[in-house]
Amino acid sequence: MDANLPTQVWEILLNKILQTNPWVVLGARSEPPCVRGFRYTQTMPSKVPIKIPFKVSLLLPVVSPLLAIVCALLVGAILISLAGASPIKAYTVLFSDSLSDYYGFSNLLTKLSPLLLAGLGVVVALRAKQFNIGAEGQIYMGGLGSALVGLYIHGLSAWLHVSLALLCGFLFGAFWGLIPGYLKAMRGINEVITTLLLNYIAINWVSYLVQRPMIESGAPSPYSPPIAPTAQLPILLPGTQAHAGVLVGLLAAGVLWLMFARSPIGYQIEAVGQNPIAARYGGISVERTIMLVMVLSGGLAGLAGSGEVLGLKYRLFEKFSPGYGFDAIGIAFLSRGNLGGVVLTSLFFAILRSGANVMQRNAGVPVTVIYAIQGLTVLFIAISLVVEQKIGTAATS
Amino acid sequence: MNPPPLNHLTFFSDYLVASLRLSVPLAFAALGGLFSERSGVLNIGLEGMLLTGAFVSAATAFLSGNVWMGGFAALLAGGLVGLLHAYLCVTLRVDQLVSGLAINLVSAGFTAFFSRLVFTSETVQKLPGLDAISIPVLKNLPIVGPLLFNQDPLVYLLFLLIPLSTYLLFRTSLGLTLRAVGEYPKAADTAGISVTQVRYGCVILSGMLSGLGGAYLVLVHVRFFTEDISAGKGFIALAALIFGRWHPVSTTLACLLFGATDALQLRIQALGQGIPYQFLIMLPYAIALLALVGLAGKSTPPSALGIPYIKESSNQ
Repeated sequence: MDANLPTQVWEILLNKILQTNPWVVLGARSEPPCVRGFRYTQTMPSKVPIKIPFKVSLLLPVVSPLLAIVCALLVGAILISLAGASPIKAYTVLFSDSLSDYYGFSNLLTKLSPLLLAGLGVVVALRAKQFNIGAEGQIYMGGLGSALVGLYIHGLSAWLHVSLALLCGFLFGAFWGLIPGYLKAMRGINEVITTLLLNYIAINWVSYLVQRPMIESGAPSPYSPPIAPTAQLPILLPGTQAHAGVLVGLLAAGVLWLMFARSPIGYQIEAVGQNPIAARYGGISVERTIMLVMVLSGGLAGLAGSGEVLGLKYRLFEKFSPGYGFDAIGIAFLSRGNLGGVVLTSLFFAILRSGANVMQRNAGVPVTVIYAIQGLTVLFIAISLVVEQKIGTAATS
Repeated sequence: MNPPPLNHLTFFSDYLVASLRLSVPLAFAALGGLFSERSGVLNIGLEGMLLTGAFVSAATAFLSGNVWMGGFAALLAGGLVGLLHAYLCVTLRVDQLVSGLAINLVSAGFTAFFSRLVFTSETVQKLPGLDAISIPVLKNLPIVGPLLFNQDPLVYLLFLLIPLSTYLLFRTSLGLTLRAVGEYPKAADTAGISVTQVRYGCVILSGMLSGLGGAYLVLVHVRFFTEDISAGKGFIALAALIFGRWHPVSTTLACLLFGATDALQLRIQALGQGIPYQFLIMLPYAIALLALVGLAGKSTPPSALGIPYIKESSNQ
């Protein structure tokens, strides 16, 4: 990898998110359906390509997400004072609990596990410019797949049983990602809408299963019987709920990093994301790449669901995800496709989620302020990307 | 709570009224989405606009005691959210998906937060409701009477909006302009149409209509505001928009269908006989998916949907 890599990656991502790809091959008419769905400008931009000075390009990806977070926290502070509480006290409680207290930290890890895995899933798809907003549904399918292995397969050693349950969760999530992937690649149907629709089908499907065929007899609310002890993920911190799902997430981040940095598959994904038409001329099967990326994306989100079932609840519950799949989209955009960034931003989202209840108890601030802060973060990061582009073009002229 | 034995006609009539009530917020949001998407701006933020409209109208009606103020506030708040979406998507050219998602997240957070400030646990949330205006003579007709002629002003407005927007879109030059911007903005631009202005107008209108849908939800249907009261209605509206192929009449029919399945689902759940109602909840999403795939009538979105327009000469 050459020394210019950060600049290149930065330019790729900037263009990916802003959808103004200056490397568009003009005049290509015989587009396959999957390429037709891609967004590209049909006019030749007057400045091709946008060049950002090396120093600026190195700094901005770190500075502007931080700035977005700070802005969101500032608006959050106004909200907190409107609620009649002290913002400083509230934020101190929010951030100190999960980082200083043993149980707070374990709570942070249990929240980090699904957020990290689902966030990685969304980012993988984003690298190929596919918007997977179906992580929530894929989480449910993954949880279902793992629960089936945990419930109905017996007599395996713990090591084998856990691996099989995780694999099955991955496959179920991957299947739920393959459907929109196939429709996008082969039929040119916008994946944003299909993944969104599939969320609700998966959530209600699981709801049906745990209310009818899979319900534990005599259960007061719909949930399945407990999974076999051999299928349970090990606990990392004794006496808490912090399970090994977080390690699965970190492992997945490492594998993905290797894939993108060292393997031809990673290169293909980047190429398709940057310019599907050029990738096609380069001999890459755009269709296969899109399907592969959606399978990976769905599978990773599926693993997030597996962790919830195998590590936290040990049963399949109705509505077991409190919207981790939607948080994952925010995480992916905040990290701008950077895998290390996903680890950091999912940590930030996990801190918000785990500290929220303590903040409500100790500082009297409603939990809901957290959702406002999360939304504002996404909003500000979207704006900051545009501002950056302006800075970038100003710096060159 | 066992309902007294009713004759079949009343039961059917009640069911139809319930279906219509559940469809009205969907139809407002879907019509809003229709204008936005016909002009080429993807609007995932319908859910957030609906929710904002619902909260603002509930809070205004609660604090002022005036239901009309509530409705007007919803219109205004929805329009402002639409303006934000338009500014982000059209002027800043932020990804339309991201902008919509951010709007949904922010509205969910803000409405939940402020609802705890406005409707504290001590105050009993009693919202003034929008009363029905019954049309004499006609309201006594069986089935049709209570369904069509004994409704509140918002429903009449909706009845009016459907033919009006159909006419506007397909029979006027303004409608042609709007569709041109959504199908081929470059051509529209060449013809001297301001793509920016048309898109701004449409997205703001989209927010206003969705806001009215939210107002209907709290001022007529539920008369209560709770966190996340929209409960995915904005997404069902999107599904209806797809199934209705971006046409006002068929989109409204799709909303009626989805409202009817929702009413059926609620009745089945209330019966508690263990009939799996989840499949009925899934139905709108499954139908929309099939419509996209082409199994339930081919549904093709406006061709410039989701693509920001960059004027050739405007690049500095």
